[in-house]
Amino acid sequence: MRTADPIHAIAARRWAIALTLSALMLVIYLGFILLVAFDKPFLAILLMRGLSLGILLGALTIVSCWVLAIIYVLWANRGYDEAVARAVADATAVSRKKS
Amino acid sequence: MSAGSNPLAILFFFVFIALTLVVTYWAARRTKTTVHFYAAGHGVTGFQNGLALAGDYMSAASFLGIAGLVALNGFDGLIYSTGWLVGWPIILFLIAEPLRNLGKYTFSDVVAYRLQQKPVRIAAAIGTMAVVLTYLIAQMVGAGTLIKLLFSLNYTLAVVIVGIVMMIYVLFGGMLATTWVQIIKACLLLGGAVVLAFLVLAQFGFNPMNLFAKAAELNGNKVLEPGNNVVTGAWDAVSLGLALMFGTAGLPHILMRFYTVPDAKQARISVVWATIWIGGFYLITFILGFGAMVLVGMKQISSVGAGGNMAAPLLANAVGGSAFFGFICAVAFATILAVVAGLTLSGAAALSHDIWVSVVKGGHAPEHEQLRVARIAAVILGICAILLGIIFQGQNIAYMVGLTFSIAASANFPALVMAIFWRRFTTWGAVTAIILGTVSTLVLLYCGPTIQVDILKHSLAEVSKEWWYFPLKNPCLITMTLSFLSGIVVSLLKPEPAAEAGFAEVERRAILGAIPDLGAPAGKPAPAE
Repeated sequence: MRTADPIHAIAARRWAIALTLSALMLVIYLGFILLVAFDKPFLAILLMRGLSLGILLGALTIVSCWVLAIIYVLWANRGYDEAVARAVADATAVSRKKS
Repeated sequence: MSAGSNPLAILFFFVFIALTLVVTYWAARRTKTTVHFYAAGHGVTGFQNGLALAGDYMSAASFLGIAGLVALNGFDGLIYSTGWLVGWPIILFLIAEPLRNLGKYTFSDVVAYRLQQKPVRIAAAIGTMAVVLTYLIAQMVGAGTLIKLLFSLNYTLAVVIVGIVMMIYVLFGGMLATTWVQIIKACLLLGGAVVLAFLVLAQFGFNPMNLFAKAAELNGNKVLEPGNNVVTGAWDAVSLGLALMFGTAGLPHILMRFYTVPDAKQARISVVWATIWIGGFYLITFILGFGAMVLVGMKQISSVGAGGNMAAPLLANAVGGSAFFGFICAVAFATILAVVAGLTLSGAAALSHDIWVSVVKGGHAPEHEQLRVARIAAVILGICAILLGIIFQGQNIAYMVGLTFSIAASANFPALVMAIFWRRFTTWGAVTAIILGTVSTLVLLYCGPTIQVDILKHSLAEVSKEWWYFPLKNPCLITMTLSFLSGIVVSLLKPEPAAEAGFAEVERRAILGAIPDLGAPAGKPAPAE
């Protein structure tokens, strides 16, 4: 199939960012859970009146989900969606010609 | 404390039912074909689907359960708040777009795409039904217990009401009605939680630290630190964490929602919105949990209902009076109704689209027959849900939610990931991964402390000496690994050239979606429009 090459390039770009961000998410969350599991005294440190490191890191884990999700969307808006749209247009043209 | 004598609670509840039935009537007139019944005609926007995903996901367990866990245990309850959110970015990066591009109505469409239809569909339907039924039991028993507490209604009657109203949504309104019920419920739940948190924070100078400090002053600093109340062992924490994270990406009623949007971009947008709403909601549960701990008190919370489930409604009563209490009770009821409707619809899709159409009818059944079978399946599931709710009355259902996520992470998630990413994945690899993941989860859970000690009341010292005893409360760490490994080993032992050849098409379509006029090869599911 003639259109295979550009699609592989697009796919490779997408999987590179998708896997990087997934790995980051995994590291952040497993890091948090491993601290909960194996180093309770560390999370018990009080940073200020009413705020333990555990609560802060828990809240930051939630915030990091937002940040990673938004990074991915900004990445997709910068070129990825256009590249896919172009590939779809090409493939549609090819399949029209065939039929 | 009960809303039985609270006419406002009952009024709010009837307003919600009336509103959703009007929506169902409107949706029913538009639900003429399977694409409407299963996928709301692919006409839902990303933003709307984001709210609906949040509605499907934020069950009573997360609203009442986490607030209660935090109110009684402090920090430990927050393990759930974070764990239940981190699965969403994973869905966003790995699952949502390929799923939308490759499938039509169910996640089995994606797993079976280049594999032999019948064995894979049967296995995926088993994985789906295992998740749907265990989650339904948890929701129905929770519903009966809560409604009994909230409205002083008879348990059986409460379960029957939830079952029937939910069946009306699904049967007549299909996915369109279910989607809008989720959206309404999500708005009510988010709005209610925000107002509740606002009223709590107003008493602490709008500074959460003052609230946490007050909680520590009353109950000791231990409420701000990890303890041993919710998760006992270190490996248990890790295993639970994995189940919560990857289980989300294997929940069939969540995965099914991605077909309601027109394309992969909207699917992506909907996950981002869902992540924002759900994350915001879980941050608010920090406030609600500690708020209830301080303003209601641990003693009073645990005196009403086990597990602290009444923490949030009691808090509403403390800060907003009986009207607000009634509103929050009605929201809790709406929450349960919406989640069971979503579950029933995904179960009906598995039974009719995967089993009836793809297995029994070999992929060819007239539209009206598919629709009829789907509706019959919805009725059967609704009746099952009511019966299961009655049978399991009084059982400890907290472990059911853990079980659901564990099966989803160990059966559905590995098969889905390997089908999308791995060229050499085979039919029997998929079947083994799903079946072994489901069965091993059930067996290890049965051999573990949750069933043996918590449910069957055997002494821990005695059962732990048995050769079959499995020490983890949540088996996901082992079962998810087992599912991936078995899928890989079986696929490598017996290669399937046809499946390998089909991977190029999977790769291409995962990115581009269905190309018009190109069609799908014979024997494959028709492309989604």
